[in-house]
Amino acid sequence: MESYPHTLDSPASGGTVSYGRVAQKGLDVSHGVILYLEDICVDFDGFKALNNLTLDIGVGELRCIIGPNGAGKTTMMDVITGKTSPKSGQVFFGQTLDLSTMTEAEIAHSGIGRKFQRPTVFEHHTIFENLELALKVNKAVWPTLFARLTGQQRDKIYVTLELLKLEKLYKRQAGLLSHGQKQWLEIGMLLMQDPKLLLLDEPVAGMTDAETERTAELFNSLRGKHSLVVVEHDMDFVESIALDGKVTVLCEGSVLAEGKMQTVQNDPRVIEVYLGR
Amino acid sequence: MIASNPLPHLNTASKHHQPTLYKPKAWAAILLVICFFAVLPVLNLSTPENHAWHVSNYTISLLGKFICFALAALALDLVWGYTGILSLGHGLFFALGGYAHGMYLMRAAKDSSDQLPDFMVFLSFDHYPWYWELTQYAAYAWFLVILVPGAVAFIFGYFAFRSRIKGVYFSIITQALTFAAMLLFFRNETGFGGNNGFTDFKYILGFDITASITRASLYWVSLAALLGALILGRAITQSKLGRVLTAIRDSEGRLRFLGYEPLGFKLFIWTLSAILCGVAGALYVPQVGIINPSEMSPENSIEMVIWVATGGRGSLIGPIVGAATVNGLKTWFTSAFPEYWLFALGFLFVLVTVLLPQGIVGLVQKLMKNFASKGVN
Repeated sequence: MESYPHTLDSPASGGTVSYGRVAQKGLDVSHGVILYLEDICVDFDGFKALNNLTLDIGVGELRCIIGPNGAGKTTMMDVITGKTSPKSGQVFFGQTLDLSTMTEAEIAHSGIGRKFQRPTVFEHHTIFENLELALKVNKAVWPTLFARLTGQQRDKIYVTLELLKLEKLYKRQAGLLSHGQKQWLEIGMLLMQDPKLLLLDEPVAGMTDAETERTAELFNSLRGKHSLVVVEHDMDFVESIALDGKVTVLCEGSVLAEGKMQTVQNDPRVIEVYLGR
Repeated sequence: MIASNPLPHLNTASKHHQPTLYKPKAWAAILLVICFFAVLPVLNLSTPENHAWHVSNYTISLLGKFICFALAALALDLVWGYTGILSLGHGLFFALGGYAHGMYLMRAAKDSSDQLPDFMVFLSFDHYPWYWELTQYAAYAWFLVILVPGAVAFIFGYFAFRSRIKGVYFSIITQALTFAAMLLFFRNETGFGGNNGFTDFKYILGFDITASITRASLYWVSLAALLGALILGRAITQSKLGRVLTAIRDSEGRLRFLGYEPLGFKLFIWTLSAILCGVAGALYVPQVGIINPSEMSPENSIEMVIWVATGGRGSLIGPIVGAATVNGLKTWFTSAFPEYWLFALGFLFVLVTVLLPQGIVGLVQKLMKNFASKGVN
């Protein structure tokens, strides 16, 4: 149960030595930064989706990224998760993992979880089973056939259920849940895999006000335990989760402004791209 | 992690996920049905023909066939109902199992193991081809019953699933596969008796194959195999692997993001299903006394799909009920109105698809639910 074939010590990591120190195997966050993007350029047939994008995310940080349509938010997520490879620039997970040389699966195994806009859960399974499937264990055929939940794993599922406030519905089929509940369940499924970094693409799109509020509460409770990158349009929502943290505004493929929500909102350039033209 | 369960009211979850196969009531029902069918050959053997309790030889051989069909249907349901892979070529695995067993039966019918069957004599073969090697031993032939369908399924499945061939494309390829195999087996040079196939079996393990007690034994072995497959299938579908299989059916992409590689899971269930189907074919052949390439015809494979759909896919009991119902109907229909059977089959399929998407088992469940809720009110 404990052996996990694609842990952080995948071949893409380690091996390099920097500053006279033997590089650690796996994720190295000794500098307090979990994700570095440096001078990333992505070019779609001449259209510069990302243009010298430089960004870094701290360990345990909850970073909100906003920006008008076509600013490159989704492309940035694609670059981080290995779906799109950048034309130039560097993407590092921690100090040592060069994401541009890793496959999507390796990146997922190394501890980056991504939540897409549309919720996808296993509709014919119960909430409990959905979380059980997501549990971080050996996922090869034979171990799966003989898998039995240990007490510790069951506790972990309970804790996640409680966090999602779905504990009373654990026996319900996921297909019967509301849109918002499905979104939470999917976030829960990501959490079951112990991600170091969570990427969330418009998590409150299509949610009711109450659900949005509940999601903000959920994210605030995750702050500090995981590093989160939240891409969102809903300004009220961003305000409710950004608190004193940094907010990054993307525009035309690069960072337009960065700082506290108040500062950013009052930045004339930001007002210009959101309201002007 | 928290040592004690933080949410005591969730304790029932542990019960829910314990590896209990069936509830006691369901076990009792299954065993009752099995006992009923197991007793029939006893009545056949122990009572004279004009006795009121007598069960005819015809009934026993017919039911023996149906049991083999039910086993094949159950195998198909594992890949179609649970994993969402629609195979239109399971007749191939059924026939391969049948042929593997048939090789032994052909040689057992001869006085010495070197003596060639008639079809080889007519083709002026002077010795057995290499792939007939050792088939005079029943144990080896039975090993082939498992190996050949399993290996064919594994190799075909590996390439098909690795290339991520899905849905209707996969179904069409399986259909083509069984058709191609049928054409191959039709050729006399293949060494499997061409379009006549294998027949005129005389002995199995030294017993006269036409004797009532041999027939009864084959019937019991088939019944035991069906029960074994039911328990095995239930154990698999109730395991975490079973939940991964239904997750493949419902959202394969999501499963990949969770870190599962669907290839291995699909190959596992696909190969197991082919083996079970091969076993069904191997038990079928001595009971009907013939195997020929028409068993590989596309119609047979499609008929298997209809058994599963009629009974209710995604439940292991469903395909058994479906195979029995459709074949019972077929037996009556083909003697009453022989020309119209295919129309009836087509009509049945349309009827089931439109009115009973969950099959007979789904209908029964629905009626029971309605009945229960009425009882409460």
